[in-house]
Amino acid sequence: MLDVDIRHAQGEFRLEVAFSAGEGLTALVGPSGSGKTTLANIAAGLIRPQAGHVTFNGETWFDSDRNIFLPAERRRIGYVFQEGRLFPHMTVRQNLQYARHFRPVRVEEAADTRLIDLLGIGHLLDRRPAGLSGGERSRVAIGRALFSTPSLLIMDEPLAALDQARKAEILPHLEYVRDETGIPILYVSHAMEEVARLANRVVSVASGGVVAQGEPGAVLGGTRPMPEDMEPATFISARISHHLEGEGLTVANSRAGSLYLKRGSAEPGDWVRVYVAAQDIILGIGEPGNLSALNRLEGRVLALEERAGSVWVTVNCSGEVVLVQVTRHSAARMALAEGQPVSLLFKSVSIDTQGLFRRQDARP
Amino acid sequence: MILSEEDWMALAISLKVAVVASAASLPFGIAVAWVLARKSFPGKSVLNGLVHLPLILPPVVTGYILLILFGRKGAIGSVLDQVFGIVLSFRWTGAALAAAVMGFPLMVRAIRLSIEGLDRGLESAAATLGASRFDVFRTVTLPLIMPGIVTGTILAFAKAMGEFGATITFVSAIPGETKTLAAAIYGYTQVPGGDEGAMRLTLISVGVSMAALLASELLARRVQARTEGRDA
Repeated sequence: MLDVDIRHAQGEFRLEVAFSAGEGLTALVGPSGSGKTTLANIAAGLIRPQAGHVTFNGETWFDSDRNIFLPAERRRIGYVFQEGRLFPHMTVRQNLQYARHFRPVRVEEAADTRLIDLLGIGHLLDRRPAGLSGGERSRVAIGRALFSTPSLLIMDEPLAALDQARKAEILPHLEYVRDETGIPILYVSHAMEEVARLANRVVSVASGGVVAQGEPGAVLGGTRPMPEDMEPATFISARISHHLEGEGLTVANSRAGSLYLKRGSAEPGDWVRVYVAAQDIILGIGEPGNLSALNRLEGRVLALEERAGSVWVTVNCSGEVVLVQVTRHSAARMALAEGQPVSLLFKSVSIDTQGLFRRQDARP
Repeated sequence: MILSEEDWMALAISLKVAVVASAASLPFGIAVAWVLARKSFPGKSVLNGLVHLPLILPPVVTGYILLILFGRKGAIGSVLDQVFGIVLSFRWTGAALAAAVMGFPLMVRAIRLSIEGLDRGLESAAATLGASRFDVFRTVTLPLIMPGIVTGTILAFAKAMGEFGATITFVSAIPGETKTLAAAIYGYTQVPGGDEGAMRLTLISVGVSMAALLASELLARRVQARTEGRDA
């Protein structure tokens, strides 16, 4: 368990943050300039904050009152930097061995080979970083961080420099690290897609402070404050029921009701986390008639809130709270009120395939 | 082309002085370059000025200051003599000191530039992998600033080969001890009929300089390729 409670000023910028990160992957999200990377560097021991404390699994890494500061090299962390930061004067193999050299541990050679295979970097071992593609460099950087047998893995936007195809190539590796190694991960990102897919816990920061922290659904969905560059949305946990053969659709069951998803890689029995943007949902009162939208959830209005020219409606669908964004005009015309029964309609296509995210805790 | 024994000695002294001067000043050059590139402290500009002074002062002045400081009666020289039994004035070691001081600004400048150009993120990355500060310096910083070190050392060597004014002021030109190539050429030009000797040594001088330049070019290219991660 990583516990951070610090105050730090860098010129004009003030950071006053308290958060914790436990098992699995904790995403540190927020707009650029919100202090995410500074926080990651504080956790890593690359920046010494002015006041507060940082502890990890009961070990004090920083305590301003007791004048304790453990530098990065003594924290047993692995850090995957955005730009990779592979040593240019070493081969890939030497980069990996470098990580092992300073933290000698007994590791089965087979385990090393397995990691190299999983990351798909076996054929790169004798190459030098300058000759690698962006995706290859990312995989080597992840491998190097893991080779140092860290007790905490810190990743600072490891995918930001990659295009969509490369991201899709790396994401499964990150899921593997999260699920198979058991190493807690602090993951800095402002990409909703990655966070939705990977995070067990989200810490949302903005202008130097924590806005919210908790489960991804609670932090990123609902009417909680969220990073301004993120779309308001809801996460719904669902279990794949069956595929509709020939139609390219998959039926999944959630607490809110059945959902029609575009067919993805998930198989019947799998848990998925569905991401529905608040803007993609149509709100209806009464029997909506014959519409093409496949998904229809029933619920009651929990709350209405005016925000930036539109109205955010939270709807309780049998315990699943879904966020819908409508115009002020619509809200007035429909005379929306708390407790009112409503229907939520959205197309299956409005849940994109990228939204078909596996839920970590439900994996075999 | 026949070289006299004295010519050979002059060449040997010049090479010895230049090698010792550039090699012995290298650790100090790296340390000072490091301090100037990375640290901020009161008096930094004074240190920077002191390092660059030999570049601006007339070499004779530098030589004279060395004589005052490092002569047998000098502030530092007397201590070296009485405590350690080291005498620099009118010895080839003194010529090496003069050459080192004259080449120092060039060496520091080249190394400092490469330290300032180094991506410090790589040093942080090494620290997160468990390397101590010393290990980071040894395994990441030093190899990556090697092009600057090579360039700086070669510049210092070249300067030492050509150094004349400070050397002759500090240690004179004693045949077999402090009479370097440059001093020998100057000596030939001061005696009647010395033209032939001066020309011989000039050709030698040009030859040595060209060889050193070519070798350094080759070395620098190899080192550059290595640090940039290309296969040399």
